Amino acid sequence: MAEAVEARLEANRRPRWTIGRDISVAAAVVVLIWLGLRVLRSETALDALGPFGGKLVQALIGIVLGVVGIWALFVVANSLVELLPARATSVLRPYLFVGPAIAVVSIFLVAPAIGTIIQSVTEVPEGEGPFYNFVQAFTDPALQLALRNNAIWLILAPAGALLIGLVFAALVDRVKRESLAKAFIFLPLCISGAGVAVIWRFIYEWRPPGQPQIGILNAIVTGFGGEPVPWLQEIPINTLALIVAFIWIQTGFAMVILSAAIKGVPIELMEAARIDGAGELQTFLRIVLPSIRGSVITVFTLSAIAVLKVFDIVYVTTNGNFETDVIANRMFNEMFRFRNFGFATALAVVLLLAVFPIIVINVRNLRRQGIGA
Amino acid sequence: MTAETAEGFPTKTGEATTVATTTAPQRGQSSGWLAKVLVLIIGVAWTIPTAGVFVSSFRAEVDVSSSGWWTVFAHPFDFTQYTLANYSRVLTAEDMFEAFVNSLIVTIPATVIPITLAAFAAYAFAWTRFRGRSFLFAVVVGLLVIPLQMSLVPLLRLYGNYDLTGTFVGVWLAHAGFGLPLAIYILYNYISQLPKDIFESAHIDVATPFTAFTRLVIPLSYPALAAFAIFQFLWVWNDLLVSLVFLGTNPDIAVLTVSLAQLVGSRGQAWHLLTAGAFVSMIIPLIVFLTLQRFFVRGILAGSVKG
Repeated sequence: MAEAVEARLEANRRPRWTIGRDISVAAAVVVLIWLGLRVLRSETALDALGPFGGKLVQALIGIVLGVVGIWALFVVANSLVELLPARATSVLRPYLFVGPAIAVVSIFLVAPAIGTIIQSVTEVPEGEGPFYNFVQAFTDPALQLALRNNAIWLILAPAGALLIGLVFAALVDRVKRESLAKAFIFLPLCISGAGVAVIWRFIYEWRPPGQPQIGILNAIVTGFGGEPVPWLQEIPINTLALIVAFIWIQTGFAMVILSAAIKGVPIELMEAARIDGAGELQTFLRIVLPSIRGSVITVFTLSAIAVLKVFDIVYVTTNGNFETDVIANRMFNEMFRFRNFGFATALAVVLLLAVFPIIVINVRNLRRQGIGA
Repeated sequence: MTAETAEGFPTKTGEATTVATTTAPQRGQSSGWLAKVLVLIIGVAWTIPTAGVFVSSFRAEVDVSSSGWWTVFAHPFDFTQYTLANYSRVLTAEDMFEAFVNSLIVTIPATVIPITLAAFAAYAFAWTRFRGRSFLFAVVVGLLVIPLQMSLVPLLRLYGNYDLTGTFVGVWLAHAGFGLPLAIYILYNYISQLPKDIFESAHIDVATPFTAFTRLVIPLSYPALAAFAIFQFLWVWNDLLVSLVFLGTNPDIAVLTVSLAQLVGSRGQAWHLLTAGAFVSMIIPLIVFLTLQRFFVRGILAGSVKG
């Protein structure tokens, strides 16, 4: 038995000749990645294949490069580390595994976040104090408007999604084909913000009175004899209209979490309440709701964070016009359209500070439930 | 974390689920019809927005602009009123085919790269001992709470210096960076729970931790890998902000969401095109949703903690 193990270990030990092989494989991979990058970045390399073929070949190169490249990186690096003496290998290998992830995270999250904080206080017009950008953020009317709108979103959107999601979760428990019904509510979650924006622009489409209304909402309004409403232009109803689109997405999320939580409430507890003479509604309010309190807080906090960062719905429907701006959209425009980087970084910091307390509530709540970190 | 509460993993909650379902008719008898009606109303209300876009995308330009989409239900089986012209138009003249391919070029590596990086890192965090391990892990998990807006301005400048703006490599790496904390967190939670014995026997069968990783950890972790993969795939596919900032609006490289946003800007009233374009951008997520619903829900919930 021991001999067999020995033999296996011996067989698994790498022979010396693989060193040359590993180094040449490593070199080949590097050259191939470099070539692939050259082709991808060159404007003309694939023109001979025609627009259609060129695009597909580019896609293939890109996908193979990204997918194979990342694996090759680890395989090659591991082979090289294994060339070292056994002790060195076992000390170094964990760093080899963790290193690339840490490097990427440092370059793309840690360093930029620090940079953003520094830039928010250093990129100010000459002669202004370090908090100039922040003072602006809270005094500039356009930015105040964005902050106010985020506050309106924060009050209405998570509550709306939570309420409808809760009602649906409580009711769907009692119908046949439960999962089918849930799928319809959940489906909007897989649509992009840009897609959702198009869908709701179509709902809110406005035509002058007298013309046929092709937006369903104005068709209903005029059907009842009303004047068509320019939902996305009329202040303040347009912000509410955007919030409704967000609720349409977020309700599915709330519903799935709350539905699972409701199913976790012990049936005996509800039976006991009913025996004591409680009605359906009372049982729900007095027994079910307190039992799922943790999940309700989870849904609310996660929705609130999503609301604070809402960008694509606003960007694609109104781009913040007609007093519908929000922080994330404002930040994008300050950065991208006006090249006003000092402002943009200050707004990012404001966003972080707004999100932070909500995350603290969320983590505390999850801890109390005994889940998570 | 949320995923586990919500999905009712096969523990107590799982039992409760079956109990609850079997007794449901009893507890709901009195208000059964009301529940059904309300569920139906909410379900229909939630479907109408998508249905309107879907129907309109198959209607001729004149019809879309002169009558509401619901009028087709007067003669739903009159197939002469439907057309594929809008789709061929958006795919060719409005560059959406190219955008579709670009979305694939961006999304596949932007999913595989962070998963690979995170799987190696999660394995090392869970099963090897090295200096700085707990500190680094705490930092990575802590990064979950940072909104990605905190990275945009410095990264945009960095990319400018290295000519990475408008390149696929640049956008892959950006998505990889933004997705990594969540990926490491999800995969660590799973990989660290794998039974210890498999690694002990593995030492005899396979030579190195590397092969233990590729032959044991990866195959065994596939539920967690699938959940994250689906979340990240959809997140990247549906993302507008990162693509807009790092890739841009040039049709050669623009992804579907960007292309759709452009179409709204340039042809905001051309509803026959906008509706078809919206559906082109939704088709892959819808397929993923319909075929992998179970993993899909788990992925969305697992990813909801992303900052």
